Amino acid sequence: MSDDVSSLSAAQMDALREIGNVGAGNSATALSQIINRRIDMNVPRVSIVPLGDVPDMVGGPDAMVVGVFLRVYGQAPSNILFLLPKDSAFYLVDMLMGKNHGDTQKLDFMDESALMEIGNILSGAYLNALFNFTRISLLPSIPALAMDMAGAILSVVLIQLGQMGDHALVIETEFKTEDNGIKGHFFLVPDPGSLDTILAAVGVE
Amino acid sequence: MAELIKVGMADLKVGKDPAILISYGLGSCIGISLYDPQTKIGGLLHIMLPDSSQSRATDNPAKFADTGIPLMLEEVLKLGASRSRLVAKMAGGAQMFAFSNGTDVMRVGQRNAAASKEILQKLGIRILAEDTGANYGRTVQIDLATGIYTVKTIDKGNKEL
Repeated sequence: MSDDVSSLSAAQMDALREIGNVGAGNSATALSQIINRRIDMNVPRVSIVPLGDVPDMVGGPDAMVVGVFLRVYGQAPSNILFLLPKDSAFYLVDMLMGKNHGDTQKLDFMDESALMEIGNILSGAYLNALFNFTRISLLPSIPALAMDMAGAILSVVLIQLGQMGDHALVIETEFKTEDNGIKGHFFLVPDPGSLDTILAAVGVE
Repeated sequence: MAELIKVGMADLKVGKDPAILISYGLGSCIGISLYDPQTKIGGLLHIMLPDSSQSRATDNPAKFADTGIPLMLEEVLKLGASRSRLVAKMAGGAQMFAFSNGTDVMRVGQRNAAASKEILQKLGIRILAEDTGANYGRTVQIDLATGIYTVKTIDKGNKEL
């Protein structure tokens, strides 16, 4: 397979969607247990999109979001980005810190730490499920957090992909609480070289 | 009202007054403008990476500083700008996430800014102003009526270069 991801077959896309499904399913369960709410998730989108179009998946490049970023090390190095629109992030902080809905108006050190921990837990759950499915062992770095424009935050991941191609393969799942108060986007973006490893592990080289 | 022309990621647009060229949500990327104040012709380039020779996907010259800037120069000259009057402004090149073990990947913003400057200097184009580095996103625009380059941020205020 080439390094440009635009040549994936339908069977390969299905396999990646299944990986997203088991990973995100596990993450959603973890999140649900932490905040004690039901979490709905959509069927993961596996898409190959021009680099410049990725920010449109989360409301456009100037949408204000909170992003938790983790670098994934191991046999298939990747990036994980958990993006929440600002209001969702604030609501999630309200729940985590036992405040009333609407109390959080800006993020202090503790709030950021709580959101990073959520990113950590979701990533761990995701990578665990991925391991059970593929036997590929992956370890996340410590999380980093930024609150800013979606385009600026996504550029961190996109620039690395830009070295190898003009398209990004993203495995993306949307999480929602029942009342729609919290929405989040969980992105797994394998490094270009990692894709072969993942596809080989699930038998669709 | 001047037409608002969007410049995407790894994209380049050139034009003539009346028009405003805008690029949203730059992180480590850089928005470089060229402008000829007399003919009011200018361009805006949104690069992602410093150097095309380090990359395996070079189909799009606007992705890199070393190929994008010369291409923008060529296009504004084609529209009728005068090379000797052209001036440049640039912004972006942030480091969005701070990791203690700052790898090269994380410092790409810095490298983007350094490469852009070097290439402009090599081409003999004067850099009038820049706002690069730090750790926040920027939306940038240049108004071809005036050459004013505006940098907007979420909570660090707005700046005119």
